[in-house]
Amino acid sequence: MKFRFWGVRGSIPVPGPNTLRYGGNTTCIEVRGDDGTLIILDGGTGIFSLAQTLLREMPVTANIFITHSHWDHIHGLPFFIPLFIPGNTLRLYGAFNPVSGSGIEQVMGVQLQYSYFPVREAEMKAAIEYETLAIDQTVEVGDCRVTSTLLNHPVIDFGYRIECNGKSLFFTGDHEPYYNIYDPGDEAYAEYQALIEEKQSAVDESMRNVDALIVDTSYTLEEYPGKVGWGHGYFDASIAMALRVGAKRLYCTHHEPTRSDDDLEAVFATVMARHAGQLNDLEVFLAREGLALEL
Amino acid sequence: MQQISAELEKRLGSAVEKMPPFPKSVQRVLELTRDINCRPKDLVEVIEKDPIITIKVLKIINSAYYGLTNKITSINQTVIYLGANTLKNLALSFSTVGILPNKNEAGFDIHHYLVSSLVTAGIVRLLGTLYAPGETDPTDCYVAGLLHDFGKVVFAICMPEEFSQALALSANEHIPLHKAEKAIIGADHTVVGAMLVKRWQFPEPLVECIAGHHDRTQTSAMGECLHAADLIAERLSYDSNGRVSTERSAVVLAKRFGGDIDDVMVRLGDLSKIIDEAQMFSRSEGSVK
Repeated sequence: MKFRFWGVRGSIPVPGPNTLRYGGNTTCIEVRGDDGTLIILDGGTGIFSLAQTLLREMPVTANIFITHSHWDHIHGLPFFIPLFIPGNTLRLYGAFNPVSGSGIEQVMGVQLQYSYFPVREAEMKAAIEYETLAIDQTVEVGDCRVTSTLLNHPVIDFGYRIECNGKSLFFTGDHEPYYNIYDPGDEAYAEYQALIEEKQSAVDESMRNVDALIVDTSYTLEEYPGKVGWGHGYFDASIAMALRVGAKRLYCTHHEPTRSDDDLEAVFATVMARHAGQLNDLEVFLAREGLALEL
Repeated sequence: MQQISAELEKRLGSAVEKMPPFPKSVQRVLELTRDINCRPKDLVEVIEKDPIITIKVLKIINSAYYGLTNKITSINQTVIYLGANTLKNLALSFSTVGILPNKNEAGFDIHHYLVSSLVTAGIVRLLGTLYAPGETDPTDCYVAGLLHDFGKVVFAICMPEEFSQALALSANEHIPLHKAEKAIIGADHTVVGAMLVKRWQFPEPLVECIAGHHDRTQTSAMGECLHAADLIAERLSYDSNGRVSTERSAVVLAKRFGGDIDDVMVRLGDLSKIIDEAQMFSRSEGSVK
């Protein structure tokens, strides 16, 4: 199994001189099974660059797994060029939205409206298929198995575990570590804590022993207290998660959009110094656009 | 076991979809959601006091869309699964439908129903904690109490004429309301309440509790706590037109609680906190009975 980052930025694209090394595109990860099966994790603006490379291998069957429907994870979708070419197939997978009552088709539907985009879905030439997934559902895609896990974000977010011939990776999409909504003095505190631990333990199991763990790591430890409830993680929590689940490599992604390359490397160096000697065999990396790996 | 037709089941189910929450919940949800920094625990406190919002939220999280094998029974669990923001937006979407009117065609006292449900819920939770630790979860007990009479409000909104006749029959003949409902409608509120929550794939123990809270056909720890709480609420005049005592009550109480209703009430002590909270929540400006 191979994977490559096409977008590693959180919230909004930030092209420019300050993001040249890590990239300004929003979330998109290409994953390839050993048989060449194409899986794409999220359709942020990074998917546009990926799409250019796919024109060499028509007809394309793209299995796009959407972690959640926030703009930065879907707004490249209408610009996924294979959509406009006959013979291609796009299969979009993702969660049911309980507030709108819609399945994953909504992420295309809302964008391909007259006011926002010039081409209607009916006019697109590729075959478009939708599969709304349940929690903990596994689907077989080529020689890969993809399993959804419900994580913690202000909208329904699925993390995905992909397994292929004994290798595995897990991508969180956007995820904030669970925290107690009660204060320690509240009557409900202990009960809520027990519920959190139960859920956390189930989530950990879904990531157990992955070769590559790709995690929303938007903030630093110092920044996080001002961002509680925003639905994102921070370096120390991502490292703790990777150690807990026995991941071999951790890739920190969803970089905070105002963080320049220099700042990103500086905060990463601080974090790594703080964890010196505590990582066991875990390797920790900053995700960057263009980084391609084979497991 | 009483049966209801598939057509009536469908009709009642869709009536619940359209049912707005209670006035105070709507007022509080709208207040809370105006603030971007609204605390999740404040939202939970509002939602778990409204049977209609609770039903709708649990219906969604337990639906086939998510395919959860372990069913969700509490609003706090829902926060962990769906997240506070999704819960907030769900509550808001239910609240913008309107408010449940205090006056309905059936002449059913909605305010008294809500207070009775909240009082019963608080007492079941207390009984579960004291008398069935390890056998039942106090949070599940609370939800059982909150929802046990839900069928009544469905009747009041969906079948006002028939329900009005049942209320009159119960009052005039001095018979329990559930018997009057069965005579007039063909099924009582326990059957309708249980049917709806079963249809929405709520946890089976909750379905059984709601189904059996008058005839005592099952004897789970939670069911026994609910039955006792219902009797205590009746004694405190929060019976929501129930007249719940049955010939089997004494047997149930003696076995689980080691005494009769008076003994249990003495051991529970002062229940005024539960009652005050219920009263306070059920009232809202402009809609107080």
